[in-house]
Amino acid sequence: MDPSSNSGAPVVETRDLVKIYRMGDVEVQALGGVSLTIQGGEFAAVMGASGSGKSTFMNLVGCLDKPTRGSYLLNGQDVGGLSRDQLARVRGRQIGFVFQGFNLLPRTNALENVELPMLYQGIAARDRHQRAAEALERVGLGDRLHHTPAQLSGGQQQRVAIARALVNRPTLLLADEPTGNLDSRTSVEVMGIFQELNEQGLTVLLVTHEADIADHAKRIVVFKDGLLLEDRPVTRRRLSREELVEEARA
Amino acid sequence: MNLLASLRTALRALRKNKLRSLLAMLGIVIAVGAVVATVAIGQGAQAKVAAQMASLGSNLLMIVPGSIAAHGVATGAGATQNLNREDLTAIERELTTSVAAIAPINRTGAQVVYGDQNWFTQVQGTTAAYLQVRGWALAQGEPFGREEDAAAAKVCILGKTVVDKLFPDEEHVLGEQIRVKHVPCKVIGVLAAKGQSSWGQDQDDVILMPWSTVVRRLVGTQSDAVSTMMVSARSPEAVDDAQREITSLLRQRHHLSETAEPDFQIRNLAEMQNAAKENTNTIAILLGSVALISLIVGAIGIANVMLVSVTERTREIGIRMAVGARGRDVLFQFLTEAVVLASVGGVIGLLLGAGISRWMASRFDWPTLLSPPVMAATMLLAGFAGVVAGFYPALRASRLDPIEALRFE
Repeated sequence: MDPSSNSGAPVVETRDLVKIYRMGDVEVQALGGVSLTIQGGEFAAVMGASGSGKSTFMNLVGCLDKPTRGSYLLNGQDVGGLSRDQLARVRGRQIGFVFQGFNLLPRTNALENVELPMLYQGIAARDRHQRAAEALERVGLGDRLHHTPAQLSGGQQQRVAIARALVNRPTLLLADEPTGNLDSRTSVEVMGIFQELNEQGLTVLLVTHEADIADHAKRIVVFKDGLLLEDRPVTRRRLSREELVEEARA
Repeated sequence: MNLLASLRTALRALRKNKLRSLLAMLGIVIAVGAVVATVAIGQGAQAKVAAQMASLGSNLLMIVPGSIAAHGVATGAGATQNLNREDLTAIERELTTSVAAIAPINRTGAQVVYGDQNWFTQVQGTTAAYLQVRGWALAQGEPFGREEDAAAAKVCILGKTVVDKLFPDEEHVLGEQIRVKHVPCKVIGVLAAKGQSSWGQDQDDVILMPWSTVVRRLVGTQSDAVSTMMVSARSPEAVDDAQREITSLLRQRHHLSETAEPDFQIRNLAEMQNAAKENTNTIAILLGSVALISLIVGAIGIANVMLVSVTERTREIGIRMAVGARGRDVLFQFLTEAVVLASVGGVIGLLLGAGISRWMASRFDWPTLLSPPVMAATMLLAGFAGVVAGFYPALRASRLDPIEALRFE
């Protein structure tokens, strides 16, 4: 089960993306024209203070919201004008989400949680079981298939969420503060999974406010006041593999 | 998402909240149970009334002596003796087109004795026409005829209850001699059992004897007065004709002027039968509408619980939408849950209703009739109630904004 890889071609391509929220009579410009291209196979970290527009940007990129102006091409397809149902289809097929709060269904075991995205793609029950089990195997939870979130640690829950994000073989993985609820060691482990997936060709877009987490990516984009402030490659990249080895030595 | 998957999802969601699911379906359980039980009881009652009506006879008219006012003092109906055998013979002879049969009835209570057994019962003095008028049959033996009536013959036909009381052990009662008051009588027939009448009277606790035997020998008078005549019209349509013709014939025979009050009354039992049937219909409709109202209340209960459930599961809805659920998938999911709730409630209610009607039947000896079409219709109605109840909550769920839903705590 390899994540689709299309290195070279742009996966995310936004042009002057503007988002204005209307709150009563007041208009709030959350995004003031952002143009950003993420090539296939990239691993980018989006940073910025709260209110910088990075969450709005991620919602637009994740097809959870529609831009007020500007265009957004996902894998070359203009998704700006799609209906709610069409966006849901795009999310289900092309994007995998990992959230800060894990967002697993409570009282539902790991296998069923990972099967969830396949339910909406009309995949037969037997294939669902098999693919979900494989995905969990991949994140190292092959022996926890029938545990419910309450029976799993935070790191394990986040792994289930990653398995769920991968199971429909998306072209883009969106991780919104995925280590926000985890201790530092588990954070490094989770970042290790992302790095591994990225090495296999998956495009990863990560939102974080922690600089050392962002250093696991290859590129850092910083937002401020709804605009792109900075866009730079990571110079001294952290590799989870090495960090974990060092920690074991210490 | 296909039907099977959404059914399983719905069942799983309902299982996770057992108590709430149970409370939500309680209204439907009670409603469906009530519909099934009341309809079973109502239809049982209708069948019972129909059977009783059949045992009463068909197209019946009853003629009883009327009241007369003498010097300003009115007597009650039936207090006079102004109907007699000649009136009966006249009706029998002259009104053949509308009247199928007519029978005189004079009753008296009598102690009856056989061996060391005895019993007190009603003795009806009548003619062979009585069996025809009432549509009664003999289980054994032969009816008496005109000769026995003319000769005041000492013969009798026993009802089932009387047979049971006088002959507790014996099989053969035909030809036995019993004593009715002081008169020894030969048993020539046994009536087929009929059970209770609609007013709870034991219709089998009776002895039939020739009219003149009762009047001359048991009561001991030479009077020709008949206390009741029972008339069977030729058809339901002929009942009114028969009533009109009998009225004019009797007025003429009794020399009544056109303005005088009749000295007899004709009661139309066919009307009574229709009224009784209408009564049971009215009761069935009444019970049915109460049950329908409880179905509506049950649906409101489901809608209420589904609304709460949608709010509580906002985050779950957000997650589902994020991973690719479309609005219609969410709508369908919650609609399925509501329909499953209503259907499971319906099945439980069905069993409950069937159980109640069985229990009523055995405990109170009340006939009940479970009707499969009514049960199927009730189930469909319950499912429909689920769709109606679930639609608004499901629509609300499907219109949630995924971003807001994901942030919901």
